[in-house]
Amino acid sequence: MSTDTLPAKAAAAPAAASPGGRNTLRSKRRRNALRTLAFMSPWLIGFGFFFAYPLVSTLYFSFMRYDGLNPPTWRGVENWTYVFSDLPKFWPAMQNTLWLAVVMVSCRVVFGLGIGMLITKIKTGAGIFRTLFYLPYLAPPVAATLAFVFLLNPGTGPVNSLLEAVGIPAPSWFNDADWAKPALTVLAVWGVGDLMVIFMAALLDVPKEQYEAAELDGVSAWQRFRYVTLPNISPIVLFAVVTGIIGAMQYYTQPIVAAKVASGVMGGSGATFQPGYPDDSTLTLPQLVYSLGFSQFNYGAACVVALVLFAFSMAFTALLMRRRGGLIGSGD
Amino acid sequence: MPARPRRAAAALATTASIALFASACTGSANNAAADDPNAQTTITFWHGWQDPAEVKAITDNVARFEKAHPNIKVKVVGGINDDKLGQALRAGGSNGPDVVSSFTTSNVGKFCSSGALADLKPFIEKDKLDLDKIFPKVLQEYTQFEGKRCSLPLLSDAYGLYYNKDAFKAAGLDPEAPPKTWSEFAKVAKTLTKPKGDSYERLGFMPNYLGYETVVEHYMSQWKHNGYFDADGRSTVAKDPAFAEMMTYQKSLVDSLGGFQKLDKYRTTFGDEWGAKHPFHTGQVAMQLDGEWRLNFIKKADVGFDVGVAPLPVADDEIAEYGKGYLSGTIMGIAPQSKKQNAAWELLKFMTTDTDAVVGFANDIGNVPSTLEALKSPALKFDPRFKTFLEIAQHPESTTMDGAVNGASYQETLSALAHKYEKGQVPDLKKGLADTAAQIDRDIAATK
Repeated sequence: MSTDTLPAKAAAAPAAASPGGRNTLRSKRRRNALRTLAFMSPWLIGFGFFFAYPLVSTLYFSFMRYDGLNPPTWRGVENWTYVFSDLPKFWPAMQNTLWLAVVMVSCRVVFGLGIGMLITKIKTGAGIFRTLFYLPYLAPPVAATLAFVFLLNPGTGPVNSLLEAVGIPAPSWFNDADWAKPALTVLAVWGVGDLMVIFMAALLDVPKEQYEAAELDGVSAWQRFRYVTLPNISPIVLFAVVTGIIGAMQYYTQPIVAAKVASGVMGGSGATFQPGYPDDSTLTLPQLVYSLGFSQFNYGAACVVALVLFAFSMAFTALLMRRRGGLIGSGD
Repeated sequence: MPARPRRAAAALATTASIALFASACTGSANNAAADDPNAQTTITFWHGWQDPAEVKAITDNVARFEKAHPNIKVKVVGGINDDKLGQALRAGGSNGPDVVSSFTTSNVGKFCSSGALADLKPFIEKDKLDLDKIFPKVLQEYTQFEGKRCSLPLLSDAYGLYYNKDAFKAAGLDPEAPPKTWSEFAKVAKTLTKPKGDSYERLGFMPNYLGYETVVEHYMSQWKHNGYFDADGRSTVAKDPAFAEMMTYQKSLVDSLGGFQKLDKYRTTFGDEWGAKHPFHTGQVAMQLDGEWRLNFIKKADVGFDVGVAPLPVADDEIAEYGKGYLSGTIMGIAPQSKKQNAAWELLKFMTTDTDAVVGFANDIGNVPSTLEALKSPALKFDPRFKTFLEIAQHPESTTMDGAVNGASYQETLSALAHKYEKGQVPDLKKGLADTAAQIDRDIAATK
């Protein structure tokens, strides 16, 4: 945002030197401000409609009893106290989202970087491997999740048959509260192709002479990675972490599909599906927003959870951006 | 950001929000039932059926309506679930539905109390329909909420017991004498179970709450209880001992048949509930709690063994009520934003109350007819086994689930406890039920 003020300042400086006095100065300033506003207006309108308005109304509705049909009525902080102290699903959803933001994102970054490094080193057939690792990313999330629930099925899945054949006790994956999130992480790591491509581009950009200099100094492979590669690609790592965390905050499709298929409750006249199967272990905050707002017609509480989610991702991003000085090398 | 744009943005946001609030608040209350039902018009009807045979049945039924009302054309849209329905009913708009149907009777409370479905009282009064003479009591009950009638029943579902007669014979049981009490049932389920390694070759019965239709509310109908809420609208799950009895029995069944872990692992080998590889079809389980519609699925899957049908067992001390069961069904209502509500009402009235239409549709789809007259109709074609379900549907002690302002949420809360209890994660059931009741009350208070 700091650049927006620049034209005003730059224009104001020569105006101060002119003999017109304070009034001309003020009108010039006003004109400049208006002109700035005019140039900014497309962004302002977009910002207003797609960011400020939804945010303000979310805040407004968080203090209202609102079902989407009848006029909202004031209910003070009741929605807030309900979500924080009376909604038992809120804390598991919060923990799961946090878990996914930390574990899933780190796994994805580490694997993306690892595979990117391996592939940049491969001399022959690199194209084939690149394609192989990128392809899963193109799989639609629902189809990919269905495939993983099938592969990791505790009763009939090939993965568990294999594990049992070699004598490793096989977990129940999507059917076990302790293993459901790791199973989702495996799925996320499988689709790491997008990060791999970005990391590959960054890795190929690292100046060769730095490696050569390091070689002359006789550094180990780890030192080469730690003191040459990492500082050069740290902005990309930061990008991967921030976008990964935002993605984790919005994580919805995969856990809901996995829970539906693994629990066998696909809909129909009988059972009602409870997101989060098994035992709320895959319930994320976006699912809670959806179920409060769209299934229970309780927009007020849904808005509270949405605001928590917003604050959460803002805090994460701000924290990471602050630490940027440490993350990004001196060359930046 | 400099002061001016910030103020401008704030002003813009305020203006935008005022405009949007104004439009959001006005959409719901106006009753637009001023259209002429005899004029040439096209209405849109949303339903949830997906199976091709069932979709054809509904299209045929609509064709019968169009023949009787040549001025009204009906655009039929299938595969709609309740979440999609709820959003469309709130959003309104010209592409939205005029008439809707839903399978989830527990959402009626939400739809009626919020006004997501239009009040049908003026239409019923206009046509002088006497609902007591048309629909069975339970069906009237689950289509209204706290005195507000926003839907009518379109066919119903009755739940009973399906059993594999060949498996009964092989296990030395009388295939003509299915168990009538839950304690008999536990013995039979055990006798029918054939272990194989650390799993099963055949399981007598899958008691787990995720074993398709073996959900809390379906079990509950076989224990005498007076609904899920008392006269003040507070949860009864802790006060009424029936809930604890049902859950204790279900847990004993889980434990005696091999324990939760083993059963749940076996469950993961089952095929889809709506597909040909359903565990009852494949012989993986010998008894199944299911709806009357399973008969059609069994015929289509050509299961290769003799299938018997009976009412579900009842609690040992309630044997006098044997023959009852759980009832639910499809409901139909009118979108309040529809500009063609009178035409929509014609379709709704035809499909829910016209005996020929109800019987024809029931014959096509294999569901229980929803009107008293259709239940007795000689035109009703059915498998002799279907008679069991017709009797369950008319049994005076048959029950359904209650509606609530937040839809099926209270059942989810109760089921969550039940799921934990069957796994052995709830050491004190009494306390668990008390906490659950308090939670249900809090959730409802937060939505009201």
